[in-house]
Amino acid sequence: MSQLSLLIAKDISKRFGGVQALADVSFTINHGEIYGLIGPNGAGKTSLFNVLTGIYESDGGSFVFDGEPLDRVKPNEVAERGIARTFQNIRLFQNLSALENVMIGRHIRTQAGVFGAILRDKKTLAEEAAIEKRSYELLDYVGVAKRANDLAKHLAYGDQRRLEIARALATEPKLLALDEPAAGMNATETQALKRLLEDIRRDGTTILLIEHDMKLVMSICDRVLVLDYGKKIAEGTSAAVQNDPKVIAAYLGGEVALNLKGT
Amino acid sequence: MDIFLQQLINGLTLGSVYALVALGYTMVYGIIGLINFAHGEVVMIGAMVSLTVITALLGANVPLPPVLIILAGLFVAILVCMAIAYTMEKVAYRPLRKAPRLAPLITAIGMSIILQNVALIVWGRNYLTFPTLIQPTPHNVLGASMTDLQMLIVVLAGLLMAGLVFVVQRTRLGMAMRATAQNPQVAGLMGIDINVVISAAFVIGAALAAVAGLMVMTYYGIAHYYMGFLLGLKAFTAAVLGGIGNLAGAMLGGILLGIIEALGAGYIGDVSNICGFPFLSDALREQCAASEGSVSMFGSNYQDVFAFFVLILVLIFRPSGLLGERVSERA
Amino acid sequence: MTANARRDSIPPKIWAGVALVAIALALLPFAAGYIGQAWVRILNFAMIYIMLALGLNIVVGFAGLLDLGYIAFYAVGAYMYALLASPHFNLHLPFWVILPLGAGLACIFGVLLGAPTLKLRGDYLAIVTLGFGEIIRIFLNNLNAPVNVTNGPQGVNLIDPFRIDAFSFAQAGNILGVPFSGPQKYYYVLLLLTIGVIVINLRLQNSRLGRAWEAIREDEVAAKAMGINTRNVKLLAFAMGASFGGIAGGIFSATQQFVSPESFGLFESIIVLAMVVLGGMGHIPGVILGAVLLTLLPEFLRSTMEPLQHLLFGRVLLDAETVRLLVFGIALVVIMLYRPAGLWPSAVRKRELEVARAPEAAE
Repeated sequence: MSQLSLLIAKDISKRFGGVQALADVSFTINHGEIYGLIGPNGAGKTSLFNVLTGIYESDGGSFVFDGEPLDRVKPNEVAERGIARTFQNIRLFQNLSALENVMIGRHIRTQAGVFGAILRDKKTLAEEAAIEKRSYELLDYVGVAKRANDLAKHLAYGDQRRLEIARALATEPKLLALDEPAAGMNATETQALKRLLEDIRRDGTTILLIEHDMKLVMSICDRVLVLDYGKKIAEGTSAAVQNDPKVIAAYLGGEVALNLKGT
Repeated sequence: MDIFLQQLINGLTLGSVYALVALGYTMVYGIIGLINFAHGEVVMIGAMVSLTVITALLGANVPLPPVLIILAGLFVAILVCMAIAYTMEKVAYRPLRKAPRLAPLITAIGMSIILQNVALIVWGRNYLTFPTLIQPTPHNVLGASMTDLQMLIVVLAGLLMAGLVFVVQRTRLGMAMRATAQNPQVAGLMGIDINVVISAAFVIGAALAAVAGLMVMTYYGIAHYYMGFLLGLKAFTAAVLGGIGNLAGAMLGGILLGIIEALGAGYIGDVSNICGFPFLSDALREQCAASEGSVSMFGSNYQDVFAFFVLILVLIFRPSGLLGERVSERA
Repeated sequence: MTANARRDSIPPKIWAGVALVAIALALLPFAAGYIGQAWVRILNFAMIYIMLALGLNIVVGFAGLLDLGYIAFYAVGAYMYALLASPHFNLHLPFWVILPLGAGLACIFGVLLGAPTLKLRGDYLAIVTLGFGEIIRIFLNNLNAPVNVTNGPQGVNLIDPFRIDAFSFAQAGNILGVPFSGPQKYYYVLLLLTIGVIVINLRLQNSRLGRAWEAIREDEVAAKAMGINTRNVKLLAFAMGASFGGIAGGIFSATQQFVSPESFGLFESIIVLAMVVLGGMGHIPGVILGAVLLTLLPEFLRSTMEPLQHLLFGRVLLDAETVRLLVFGIALVVIMLYRPAGLWPSAVRKRELEVARAPEAAE
């Protein structure tokens, strides 16, 4: 089991003043899967993200990532360990170009420092060329290559979301954590996103996905974690979770069957 | 022990002045998040204007008791300072409310330079002396001495601070100010005119500054176009020490800073006495012999450094100050 | 941006332009000397300020950190030179030894100051750096008793000029038959150093490190999420800026041959900041323009204000110094209100600041 597990979370808790945002949440994400995180608004999804990526410190519990403990780690160390994230509200470097955004994503996997910058030796120049090349590749991979030199803030909304994914991929993550990547997208864009996520999974990166778009979640996620009021109420395959009465009750507050056909 | 109490009294007096000025900084910062760099200059203008009025009245041999002459000077100074603060806010800060923090900070610095140089042009480069209208009769307080003037400063400052607290806690304007400090947008939606509230903060701060300016001038006996800078900086330190944006903090910080400075200046000589050290050069040994064993590395000429050290230490270890709340960033 | 800018395809027109500028720069000291040696000294001063401003530009412009006490690093470099090359301690080390030492010491101070404070919010950092600058000045002013380190308010004089064996840069002399005055000799050294500083800055900007600074300036949370160790990167900016300040300070010491704590106060910090901000924060050509303007402005005012006032009023109402300061203060306010990105901003910075003004237009 441990060979398969990329991330093991045990009893994660977080409190904000009087609110228990997370209460003893435990789950496991396996290598190579797309793992969904769903729940009604205020369930604690983004809080869990923020605890995982070091923005908040948990009040209890532990993470084991790729065999090593991941606790009390700063956000930049989290990225170095191999977890890259996107943000619910899109946090691109607005006044920089799409290409520059992705190039900044390459920062932690490259080396050149002050002396490299000043001396511009062969090694540094080669690294710079590689950074630019790889960044173009990633822009192409997510489908915004045509907008490489446009400012991030001038990109269409859907393109901005994909650019953020490209930037996260540039850090060569083992786990790609996406916070509502389909928010605000129409059906066509969501389909395109779905194909991109499947490509990413096929190419070996594990994905953790917060989403509200149930069709997307059910059709693409291998397994799903459901939170409600900071507690885990279900974890399993999307089919199992879809039919779990506790989950249905949490979303609709009653005994109504969710009529979803995964597409 | 004798010096301790004396320095405590001196510190309390100076601290009261710092507190009055700190209130101006903290009100403005609390509501619009701007460090009003020019506030120290407003204190200086208050001092200079009141000096001019008082000297004019004395020169014209107006038959009024000294107290009224001082009050007249104070009255004019308050009006002038309020006008200056109001204009500064309207012209230089209001247009930049949405700009990144750097812009209003730079204009504040610019305003500070403008005020300094206008004062230089109007009042000249020399130190101006303040005529002694209040005799500094010392009273014996538990072995240390406290003059009439010191008592007056402390009491007056206390009254003004109490008055401000009353305004902020019990009046509609005060409530509007508190609301705007918490959330300007919502306050605006509730019908509060933000511009009025912000102007009020500047203007009230300026009035307090004018009083503080007069106090400093009477205490030290001199006024000078450059006197506002250091005083302003220390008062800002006091505001930060107490917790910026917090009125009680500004008052506490002011008094505390005054006491720290006074005690520091009083004791630094003893604390940094190097005559006890084993490795001394011949020249130093001679100095020690000549001065009966007290040669200090740092003397009271380093007094100003205390304020800066306090500032740096507070900001590093407890940026929210003594009474401030911890602010955290949410992603 | 990237390091591999299209160097191979620069059109001949640009090369011609560069050549013209190079010739003009080479001949400039003679033209200025013709008007008066004082103007050559002013040119030298402008170059020292360009170096200073570019150093501060790394901190304020590239990394977006507000430093109001930058002059402290200049002071450290200047005093290091003064103490190691003057009769004060009777040490006379050569300039090529002292300048790197000064840069190094300034760098250490930069790290010492930055390490605990760079996590602070913008305006708090500004005030802390201001306090640091004042502390340095107070120490320089008072470390003359009981042990005389800095000679207090009197300063240190008779500082050695740059010297290579018998060739002194302070005295006039002939090189290959052409007469050069002292300041003219210094001009060429300074020109080389300034060009070096400019090149280093350009390279820093278009590098992995430069991009990291941009990222932090744009969105620090996102930068951290991308793995950038923001604390270390900011510290690097501080340290680099401090080093440049230290070098400029050493040069200042040597050319002036006298230093005192007076030259290193808050006002000087503000002037350098103004050069960066008014010129065009983060934009190297803009910063150079700012430095040149603010160095030449007082001279310009001096030579016009007083004759003008004589003409208009028959006497001098305001001395040039006061006018200069007043103009300076007004300029700060006016430029922040109407051109907050500076006189010659980079495209990026202009965009960043345009947002702030746009809502005003809509109201």
